[in-house]
Amino acid sequence: MIGADAKAAGSDLNGTGAPNAGFDNPVLQSQAMYRKLLGAMAQPGRILSCELSLDVPAPLWPTTAAAALTLLDFDTPLWLNPGAAAAPALGNYLRFHSGCPLVEATGNAAFAIISDPAELPPLDSFAAGTDEYPDRSATLLIQVERLDDSRGVILRGPGIECKQTLQAKGLPQGFWQQVQENHAGFPRGVDMIFCAQNQIAALPRSTQVEV
Amino acid sequence: MTQAAQQAAIPDEQAEIDAGAGPDPNYNFAYLDEQTKRMIRRAMLKAVAIPGYQVPFASREMPMPYGWGTGGVQVTASIIGPDDVLKVIDQGADDTTNAVSIRQFFERTTDVETTTRTEDASIIQTRHRIPEKALSEDQILVYQVPIPEPLRFLEPRESETRKMHALGEYGLMHVKLYEDIATHGHIATTYAYPVKVNGHYIMDPSPTPKFDNPKMHRMPALQLFGAGREKRIYAIPPHTAVYSLDFEDHPFDVQQWEQPCEICGATDTFLDEVVTDDRGGRMFVCSDTDHCTRDQEAAE
Ligand SMILES: [Zn+2]
Repeated sequence: MIGADAKAAGSDLNGTGAPNAGFDNPVLQSQAMYRKLLGAMAQPGRILSCELSLDVPAPLWPTTAAAALTLLDFDTPLWLNPGAAAAPALGNYLRFHSGCPLVEATGNAAFAIISDPAELPPLDSFAAGTDEYPDRSATLLIQVERLDDSRGVILRGPGIECKQTLQAKGLPQGFWQQVQENHAGFPRGVDMIFCAQNQIAALPRSTQVEV
Repeated sequence: MTQAAQQAAIPDEQAEIDAGAGPDPNYNFAYLDEQTKRMIRRAMLKAVAIPGYQVPFASREMPMPYGWGTGGVQVTASIIGPDDVLKVIDQGADDTTNAVSIRQFFERTTDVETTTRTEDASIIQTRHRIPEKALSEDQILVYQVPIPEPLRFLEPRESETRKMHALGEYGLMHVKLYEDIATHGHIATTYAYPVKVNGHYIMDPSPTPKFDNPKMHRMPALQLFGAGREKRIYAIPPHTAVYSLDFEDHPFDVQQWEQPCEICGATDTFLDEVVTDDRGGRMFVCSDTDHCTRDQEAAE
């Protein structure tokens, strides 16, 4: 359980007053969350459960918030989808706990939080890095209603022993074609982490997708 | 971090390490500050997403000299948690100075459980060897890397090696290996033998013997590489194709020994030649001491 005692901190739904509490043990909770993120990125499409009890501002989910608290700081310009950017408590929360600057242009973001996959911009609008420095590329945290690895598209590539299926609910039309194009640009490309209510799964650029 | 604090953090071999007493309260968990861990953690995610590509990172001063595995130590410090069980090996052995020093460093700064048994470890930090026992998906292998750039001896300029990697211009590397064949009749490179990862990047497996290269191919464990002085992190995700470079008429092969290990009798392990007395006596024994000890126990 990551962040078990955070519920007591109380929530701030109207965006006034103090931001919602972050991790109550930032050192160990961010370590635990990082191992989930690393495991997800190392095994694309594999769903990992994250038992979190974090009090987070809407429209963030605890998984997304925990990933953000773990990875973001003043070195990581962050882009928010319009729905998330319109929630003052969310911007307040991220600025307070991570100090990350918010950016307007997708191309300037090291990270992006997409709280509603319907508002996901084209993947190629984000930084894909260069051939010499493909690591200078964006990581997208995409909230999805549900993840299912018993069906869906077929994934192959590094981190996958044979093949892996994955379905994520609510992704926009044409998303998987964009993922194929993203993979075709390897080593350039963006990397994605899907955050469901209590689960995460990742999709790095190295993964081939068969729709 | 002041210099005094850094010096104070050097593991003192005389100091009693009180197991179970919790990490040393004078330091952050695993020594590194949280900002540094986040930076390294982000670099590792990119390294995993781009298998075999060397991600630059802002390597920190560690309370041990370069050459003592500061890159591997920073990688381990950024992933390790209280539930981990850590094994540290140097040349296959758990009891060498370098391995003992790094193990004590983490015992002191994290209070994690440590082990010499390969299968009991969740994180294995290594210098110069891959354990003989097959690793699992639940394990992470962290390599200490002195020189991460496999093309460096062909091209000293970083801007040029970056370009060569970007364009997949690896002809020079093949020429170098072929020169070995022309000179020696076979490829003479036996350590840091270059590999191609996922059909894309050529990577230095660190100074492991080429005997260990086949173990990297489709290894179920995540492999992370840290080079402290050179400030690079790279990775091989689980189950990833890792091929040792070779030629049709000179296929890759591994070292073989004419005799078995003189302690456990194993015929399928990497052997070290050790001097046994001052009259030039010598014997061949497994370099993986845990594996050798266990084989011996199993035989009894
Ligand atoms: Zn032996």
